[in-house]
Amino acid sequence: MKSRWLILTVIVVAIALPWCFYDWGHHRHAGFLISMLSQMGMMVILALSYNMLLGQAGLFSLCHATFFGMGGYATIHFLNAAGDGGLPLPMEVMPLLAGLAGLGLAILFGSMATKQRATAFAMITLGISELMATAALMFHHFFGGEGGVTTNRMIDNSVFGLTYASGLQVYYLILAWTVIATGLMYFLTLTPLGRMANATRDNFERAQFIGYDPRMVRFLQFALSGFFAGIGGGLYAITYEIVTFDALAAPLSANALLMAYIGGTSVFGGPILGAILITLLQSGVSLLSNSWLVYVGVMFIAMVIFAPTGLAGIIKAHGPIQQAGRMRGLLVPYLRLVIPALGLLLGFVGLVELMSFLTIGAAQGKKLVLFGSAIDVHAMLPWAISIGSLVVGGLWLRWEASGFHRVWEDLAAEVRR
Amino acid sequence: METLLISVINGLVYGMLLFMLASGLTLIFSMMGVLNFAHASIYMVGAYLAFTVSRFLGFFPALIIAPVLCGLIGAAIEIWGLRRVHHNGHIAELLFTFGLVFIIQRLVQMTWGMLPMAYRVPPSLDFPLFVMYGANFPAYRGFMLLVSATMLLGTWVLLKKTRIGLIIQAALTHPSMVSALGHNVPRVFTTVFAGGCLLAGLAGVIGGNYQTTEPGMADSMGPIVFVVVVFGGLGSLAGCFVASMIMGMIQTFAVVIDYSIADFLRPLGVVFTGDTLLTEVLTVPVARIGALLPFIMMVTILFFRPRGLMGTRDT
Amino acid sequence: MTSSVRRLCFAFVALSLILAIRPAVAEDTIKVGYVDPFSGPFASGGDEFLKVFAYILAKVNADGGALGKKFELVPFDDKLQPAEALIALKSITDQNIPFVMQCTGSNVGAALLDGVAKHNARNPDNRVLYLNCGALATELTNEQCDFWQFRFAGNVEMRAVARIKALPKDVTKVYLLNQDYLFGQSIQHDTRKWLAKLRPDIQVVGDELMPFGKVQDFSPYIAKIKASGAQSVVTGNYNRDLNLLIKAAVDDGLNVRFDTYLAHLIGGPTAIGAAGENRLTSIVEFDPNVPVDLKKPDAEAFSNGWRANHSTDFSEVPFLTMFQMLARAINTAGSTDALKVALALEDMKATDLVGAPVQMRKEDHQILMPFYAASFSRDVKYDAEKTGLGWKTYFTATTEDLTLPTVCKMKRPQS
Repeated sequence: MKSRWLILTVIVVAIALPWCFYDWGHHRHAGFLISMLSQMGMMVILALSYNMLLGQAGLFSLCHATFFGMGGYATIHFLNAAGDGGLPLPMEVMPLLAGLAGLGLAILFGSMATKQRATAFAMITLGISELMATAALMFHHFFGGEGGVTTNRMIDNSVFGLTYASGLQVYYLILAWTVIATGLMYFLTLTPLGRMANATRDNFERAQFIGYDPRMVRFLQFALSGFFAGIGGGLYAITYEIVTFDALAAPLSANALLMAYIGGTSVFGGPILGAILITLLQSGVSLLSNSWLVYVGVMFIAMVIFAPTGLAGIIKAHGPIQQAGRMRGLLVPYLRLVIPALGLLLGFVGLVELMSFLTIGAAQGKKLVLFGSAIDVHAMLPWAISIGSLVVGGLWLRWEASGFHRVWEDLAAEVRR
Repeated sequence: METLLISVINGLVYGMLLFMLASGLTLIFSMMGVLNFAHASIYMVGAYLAFTVSRFLGFFPALIIAPVLCGLIGAAIEIWGLRRVHHNGHIAELLFTFGLVFIIQRLVQMTWGMLPMAYRVPPSLDFPLFVMYGANFPAYRGFMLLVSATMLLGTWVLLKKTRIGLIIQAALTHPSMVSALGHNVPRVFTTVFAGGCLLAGLAGVIGGNYQTTEPGMADSMGPIVFVVVVFGGLGSLAGCFVASMIMGMIQTFAVVIDYSIADFLRPLGVVFTGDTLLTEVLTVPVARIGALLPFIMMVTILFFRPRGLMGTRDT
Repeated sequence: MTSSVRRLCFAFVALSLILAIRPAVAEDTIKVGYVDPFSGPFASGGDEFLKVFAYILAKVNADGGALGKKFELVPFDDKLQPAEALIALKSITDQNIPFVMQCTGSNVGAALLDGVAKHNARNPDNRVLYLNCGALATELTNEQCDFWQFRFAGNVEMRAVARIKALPKDVTKVYLLNQDYLFGQSIQHDTRKWLAKLRPDIQVVGDELMPFGKVQDFSPYIAKIKASGAQSVVTGNYNRDLNLLIKAAVDDGLNVRFDTYLAHLIGGPTAIGAAGENRLTSIVEFDPNVPVDLKKPDAEAFSNGWRANHSTDFSEVPFLTMFQMLARAINTAGSTDALKVALALEDMKATDLVGAPVQMRKEDHQILMPFYAASFSRDVKYDAEKTGLGWKTYFTATTEDLTLPTVCKMKRPQS
């Protein structure tokens, strides 16, 4: 019951958000915000479809972007055909065609890759990913080489009579397809295939004993995840109207992994959270700092060490306590954590930015502006503050964390009773 | 005949370079089941450290110091990072090393800048060793062969003939038993990881001035090294060696082959005309896809034999 | 608070924070959005250019800027990916920045060109100009030309003509080796085309494409080159793919010329070193010895001003020309309106730093400029990247030489 309201709220917020940031002065929408929201939608589909493999089937795939990219390339060609009049299908159906392209390719590659599991599977997918990325650079006919292939999304064929000239209309199309795809992926987890995927992840020998072929389960899961990834790729093609080899290269697969893992692989909604967060980080933080890769790397490592269940896992762990109505007991411990955590963050960010500026940024003619005030890199004070903040914040956090841990354990034990 | 001989020697040297890099990774992979994505990054750090050290102390001291530093870095990573992640599973370990790649690259960029470093072959080794069919064989390549052969021999002797090697081998398959016998198994793991990083650092010292020392070097060497390790198989240093040789030879010989699939089909009367995707794919000469052949081979062997060429356990 | 509400709050706060914290920029400047890779493995390019632009803009602003205002760069990191560049474009248009500039990568360039064209068509009240300072694919001012793009860099075909004309008369056998992607294939195509037209006496004894950035060991290629009997290797390879190639040739003792397109790129001289002496040539827009040969002390002083503080050389004269012409166009147009500036900019004639005549051709918005063929030698006043060797001009391809026909059929806007 609760979760239904949550889903409804999220959808309403997603629809309303562009209007909250409307630029009344220039009478237009904030293009950057709509771009970022559109990107989030595509990434949500990518991350969720990746989690079908990682979280639900225990398959570590390194070629997920291949299906996303191929869906994108196929859609560009479909759109070009539609624009020339050769393909009389409306725009709203294009992502479905993209999904079918992804499905076809996933069936082909899946028959090779899913014969194995675990690391052998991962290595086969790595090989596939490298091959496809290089092929995209070499062959012009389908891939267009380094420049990629372009299209014009105004094909004049829409069920709702829209032109898709404005980013806002495209965003709503993406939103609609994201909701549909998410819903379908969720229902898949409730089907026997979804359940058996979990079973083969947990103990494939036992799954074999009860009569299911783990290979078949892996293959079907792989194929379907390719279908959804293809849908994401189709939306990518419609939004940017250009697809280059980056859309199927390894960094995008790495992104999918990042999003799914940080969001949380054990909860269905985890990758959604991860996709939103990572998109914010990459598009937003990279506007502020060129060391954003360090922050992503550190955050990733911190999650892997301290919170392997991901953000959603952490939130879910609060479930029993919340249901028992004992969340109040956590309020003060959390506050006590927040302050040293902020100190630690301030110290770390300050140190990284100072070091980066010293070696890279100064020569670029930029001035270091942290939290709104200009900083002189050669003075002792900023360094002292950063290092002090880092050390003090770190030690204090450790002390508070053990206290928090005790409170948590007590509450959890109480709730269990 | 001339082409054959030259290609064989070239393939041999390239294979040994691959082996230098892959040996450390295979050790770590075999012992701990962790595919260390940051291995190529340690290789890069080794090259940069060697450059800096050799500027003050010369090349040969750098040959000792830089790998030791890399080994220490590896030990630090293992003790404070990897060890905590062990109990979260293999994927968590993979992801941890994955996150390290970004951090190490940015740190290298911040410390040494973004441009290539002028790390050169030392003058004492910069002369032609012998001349064959009019082509020089540089002494530095001979030195590389020497170092990698020593590496292979030393690692093999260490593992098979010394006591610590026996403990390491035992800890691979029966860690709890070995621990019950009183050995410090976590320290064994740290030693192995540090040893693997030391080998990567050594490869970096040797390879950094043979190739170029720049922040992108980890990205270019990384994938091929994984292929070699996986192709060679787990638990087998000999398999890694054989795989490196095979990959080196194949890539070297592929470059000399200028024929394409269409060329092979032409004598049979099958001709491809027209400007289509199919024609494009079939008329690609083998030389153009030489660097891709290792991946094709890896996919093929994993399909039929998941433990790789000479692996002793399943991946 | 329930976890769901908390999640929403987090999302809202994060979003508004990100949007609120914008780089604080003064209002009395003319902003130019600069899109290039500043992070990841290709960051060295964007990083270096940013420093160069700081130096150039100091001069242009000191000379008066445009309309009494100074130019200001607003950098955006595209990580060398077209999608990121398009997102950056959205941010640029949101902030009403009238110019977007990009200097690295034809894949990103093609995407930006297309993105700007579509944006301007769909938003005629908020148009931007695309200043292309480094996407070199010939197609961008031929088949894919667009009214809203102005390319201030010599395209591949111009460089190919300069390259062929600069080949010595006694070279009769060349081996072509290029990277297997659009740029390398473009170089291969244009090199062959102009070899046939300008030097029919030259025999192409080898024509090879190699995987981009993936080859570790070049000795097989050296063996092939030797077997072919070529006197010169004409290659568009750069960075690692070139440095390793030359090292392999030196190791092997192969005595062949390397007539390259891009050996002068940052990092090249350092990596190649003494190995390249007297056998390496490149096609440069400018190097510190050009003003010495042409006897232009002002230009020499400008180049030295950069050298004094950096280990690299100033070679990006086209960047300076771009801003000088842009400033003139803005002054002529009286505003930064895209259409007015574009009409003022096209067909503009100017002189560059060393006094050579340049022109922004109206037909395809390609700048017509000279190139210099330089060889890597000790006999120079200024060396490159402190290696002891520098670039010595031995052939000049003038602006007129490099005024080539175009197939561009540009659609001009109504208003």
